[in-house]
Amino acid sequence: MLLTVQDHGRWGYQRFGVPVSGPMDGASHRLANLLVGNRPSAATLEVTLVGPELEFDDDTLFAVTGAEFDLQTGGAATAMNSTVRARRGHRLVFGERRHGARAYVAVAGGFDVPLVLGSRATHLGSRIGGFEGRGLKSGDRLPIGQEIAANVREGETRSATVAMPIGGSRVRLLLGPDNGLFDPTTFHTSQRARYVLTTQSDRMGYRLRGERLVPRRQTELISTATPVGSVQVPPSGYPLVLMADRQTSGGYPRIGTVISADLPVAGQLAPGDWIEFESCSDRLAYAALIAQERTLMA
Amino acid sequence: MSWTLTRVGDSALVVAFEQRIDPTINARVVRVARAVQELHHDGVQDVVDSFCAVTVYFKPLHTDVESLARSLEEIAAGETVVREDGVESTPQRMVPVCYGGPHGPDLREVARFGGCSEADVVEHHVSRPYRVYMLGFLPGFAYMGSVHPRIAIPRRSTPRLRVPAGAVGIAGSQTGIYPVTAPGGWHLIGQTPLHTFTLDRADPFLLRSGDIVRFKPIGEEAFRRFVTEE
Repeated sequence: MLLTVQDHGRWGYQRFGVPVSGPMDGASHRLANLLVGNRPSAATLEVTLVGPELEFDDDTLFAVTGAEFDLQTGGAATAMNSTVRARRGHRLVFGERRHGARAYVAVAGGFDVPLVLGSRATHLGSRIGGFEGRGLKSGDRLPIGQEIAANVREGETRSATVAMPIGGSRVRLLLGPDNGLFDPTTFHTSQRARYVLTTQSDRMGYRLRGERLVPRRQTELISTATPVGSVQVPPSGYPLVLMADRQTSGGYPRIGTVISADLPVAGQLAPGDWIEFESCSDRLAYAALIAQERTLMA
Repeated sequence: MSWTLTRVGDSALVVAFEQRIDPTINARVVRVARAVQELHHDGVQDVVDSFCAVTVYFKPLHTDVESLARSLEEIAAGETVVREDGVESTPQRMVPVCYGGPHGPDLREVARFGGCSEADVVEHHVSRPYRVYMLGFLPGFAYMGSVHPRIAIPRRSTPRLRVPAGAVGIAGSQTGIYPVTAPGGWHLIGQTPLHTFTLDRADPFLLRSGDIVRFKPIGEEAFRRFVTEE
């Protein structure tokens, strides 16, 4: 079980080697904050695969989005993607997980852990940010911010922004910058390649198993900045998808980058899930992002 | 000097120069990165310089990408009229290092690789200035170059699970200092008592791209004194 505090990410310090971190599924994180009237930058709790029991010290409005879990608050069944009121002493209990890998718990006011380099996101590798730079454990107490929006209504429900993967997901890529090193039909729409996430898949990135990708010639590439969603091909030939806690730079060839609109669904994959890459155009990448934004703002 | 402007994914633009580890190219990269930061262009979230490129991250729905691309082209093109010898007169930053023994478990192997004595390895390491080409890998980790070819040992075939903070290492033509305890594959020749990254300081990062660094050997006693003084 991994529970970390995440806000929208630690931006502005990648040139110092500081990773962005932040939510694996940014769309669900935003939806959770919307439901409790928080700014998009407010910190939520990212729950991975197995859910905790959280006890509320005070009356609190909260919402849970992302991976579909059976939930109970104060003994009563609780809906996902809804604004819920917990009374002092109530426990939010996560039960069985059905689809998706990561859920987001937002509370009105946001989780009030100290800002580190301008952000509340947790980077586990360097023990920066979030709750003492680490995942949460039993007994930890999370302070909640006092700035609460006035117009939040208990019982409000919104539809999920992102459909949770069921066993796996197709993910669209913008090819480049090193796709020229590979067979031009790789990841072309008519030649989808299906991979499986190995157990060595986590917030830093996903190690995949499937068809090996072999560059047409071996080249030493000089380290350069690596965006989230980069699909790298290390010497093994098995692709690596860089995710939230990735290092800021790297030198492996990159065949493509997952489009921003598909990062949330990619962030909902777990070891054992399949991932299928498909190349798309700039125009489609933008259209998909605009459509997703419309759903969130609706 | 030639350059290209490319999109990488839907949220990044990259100005790339000639793909070579070279101080003149890197000096240009550092100047371009600074100029891009100073644009404060709407929607830009991060400007990341590397050995030979500048990557500009932006929020796709909040950025006029055409305008950003044009500004980047102007900055990159403006650079080509600057004189070619880009090595700035930067003050040298001195980094004290306790070499060998428990602080440098791989010093002997580097000596074997170079066919010289451990003292020679240290001499090679301290007798030249290094350019900080970029920061990456870990917060505050500076990639510095270039190391004397005699001691330019490749990475270890098996990385260590735990490299202590302050460890000074070599990987090929690069030398670096571990800012925090982390796993790593560099050959470790010494340790510095300085913190290249700490949140306890107003400026957490000791080194920046474009800095010039020189190493200076210190003894065990001096190392301990440094550490206790903090």
